[in-house]
Amino acid sequence: MTHVTLKELTKVYPGATEPSLDKLSLEIESGELTALLGPSGCGKTTTMKMIAGLLATTSGDVLFDGRSILKEKPEHRGVVMVFQNYLLFPYMSVAENVGFGLKMRKIEKPEINRRVQAILDLVKLPDLGERRPKELSGGQQQRVALARALIVRPNVLLLDEPLSNLDAHLRYEMRDLIRGLQQELGITTIFVTHDQEEAVVLADKVALILDGRLKQYDVPEAFYKRPIDEATARFFGGQNFVSGAAKDGFFDCRIGRLKLPPGGVQGPATLTFRPENVRIGADTSGENVIQTTITNKIYLGTQTRLKLQAGDEKIEVIANPGDVQGLDVGQSCLITLPASSLWVLAK
Amino acid sequence: MIGTESLFTRSFRIITAMFLVTWLVLPLIPLAIWSFARGWYFPNILPTQWSLKAWKYALSDTAGVLDSLVLSLGISFAAMTLAILVGVPAGRALGLYKFRGKEYIELLILAPTIVPGIAVVLGVHSVFISLGLTNTVQGVILVHLIPTLPYMTLVMSGIFSNYDTAFEEQARSLGASAFKTFWYVTFPAILPGIIVGGLFAFLVSWSQYILTLVIGGGRVVTLPLLLFNFATSGRNDITGAIGMIYILPGIIILIFTARHLSGRSAIGGIGQT
Repeated sequence: MTHVTLKELTKVYPGATEPSLDKLSLEIESGELTALLGPSGCGKTTTMKMIAGLLATTSGDVLFDGRSILKEKPEHRGVVMVFQNYLLFPYMSVAENVGFGLKMRKIEKPEINRRVQAILDLVKLPDLGERRPKELSGGQQQRVALARALIVRPNVLLLDEPLSNLDAHLRYEMRDLIRGLQQELGITTIFVTHDQEEAVVLADKVALILDGRLKQYDVPEAFYKRPIDEATARFFGGQNFVSGAAKDGFFDCRIGRLKLPPGGVQGPATLTFRPENVRIGADTSGENVIQTTITNKIYLGTQTRLKLQAGDEKIEVIANPGDVQGLDVGQSCLITLPASSLWVLAK
Repeated sequence: MIGTESLFTRSFRIITAMFLVTWLVLPLIPLAIWSFARGWYFPNILPTQWSLKAWKYALSDTAGVLDSLVLSLGISFAAMTLAILVGVPAGRALGLYKFRGKEYIELLILAPTIVPGIAVVLGVHSVFISLGLTNTVQGVILVHLIPTLPYMTLVMSGIFSNYDTAFEEQARSLGASAFKTFWYVTFPAILPGIIVGGLFAFLVSWSQYILTLVIGGGRVVTLPLLLFNFATSGRNDITGAIGMIYILPGIIILIFTARHLSGRSAIGGIGQT
């Protein structure tokens, strides 16, 4: 159980003018599963390698339980990193790979064998110890890499894009496995991903990093309900942004006067709402109902995407296919924007 | 389709074998015959009289062949070891990293394969005199690094350009020290290159004549020097016998590499430089 603190962690690569990571500060609670989310090249992997001690920091500090670990060598930090391409040692069997960390800690052979078998059972690969890594499927390699990391009982586990190399059906299996093991063993875990879905399904808390800077650090739900700005909302699939002004619980804009949930910013602002929270048809209350025209309709199987024109504003909607049956491009359509689903971003 | 393919590979293999025989085996036959000949003069196709005299002499204590053999093996082994110790880090730097002036350094390392040894060795000689290294075995070993290092370095830079250092990071993060990381992770990965480059280095050192002659000052008599002495003195039978002994390591190494290294890794290591 280790509480991890990143204090204004900064990395400027030699020859670069812009920092790859700019003063990242994060508090990661002991035993929590935290995602560092951002597009590729935003400094996520750089952050991980600095925590693992595989990359020198430019400035800032990394603390475990309040103690700086920057001076510790990577092998003494108690941090294990699982790389995206698993990096199983090709000259060793699966069992030798998994036992590698224990061998480096000079543990007796019989004890290593016992613990290797136990952890292979845990990741549901009990019979593959004698195989070579290249004989395994991608999902199996991933689980071997995870077993190899967990067997040394690290204080902090770092995962680099843990789900992105896996097929859709394997992803959910792996997600449950990682989540289950992490909670059972209580290891503080940080993983990086560029995929917001991966971050949301796996993490307790998500840190969104854009252009080397921390944008928002919160529970996954918050990024949908309370994004901090337009870039954050867009990263999480937000499509609808309407400029206007918020005043006394109402938002005045080109599509009308909309009732807002209590609280929130005042003055010139941008209104946003999730495409999936828009209701087709008019509510009985008649509140926040807007007249629109359908400009595009795409059927996606479990959902239907609509593009609507409301005056000069464009609105995107994700609806149940059943709710929009019979509605076609060119027809007019009434929609409701429930006040509880509206969120105002300060300008 | 498969028929023509196999026909092509088969004829390719036959042609390669013919070339090998023509250039490698045929020139050795007269040498082998000479070592058993008592007199072999034109226009006879084979010697008129056979004898083991040359072999008896070559293996006797007075000829000094066995001493030279041991000395040559020692020098070549030492030169190979030094070439590995220098060539592996140098190959890693050239294969993995980008740095200013890299092309020039590559050229500099390659230079000994282009510039004749005699052009260099005179300068080296005067330096070695001031260091007291002339006429010594150590001096000869050191000067053998000039022709052996390029091969070692080039083979290793080829191996390293295909090498992923993330494996080392993974090992470190699993608790391996820098040394253990090298031993358990890096070394097995680059071993084929070390073997191929090391054997190259050994053979190149083994066949040095002029460098040994100048730096050794005639005091360090390796097998090539001894061979040359007999060749110039017109003793074709003894030259033949020593020649046979001289090519032995080459043949052993050829068999060893053919057995232990697949053709792909042996050629791949060089081809990628």
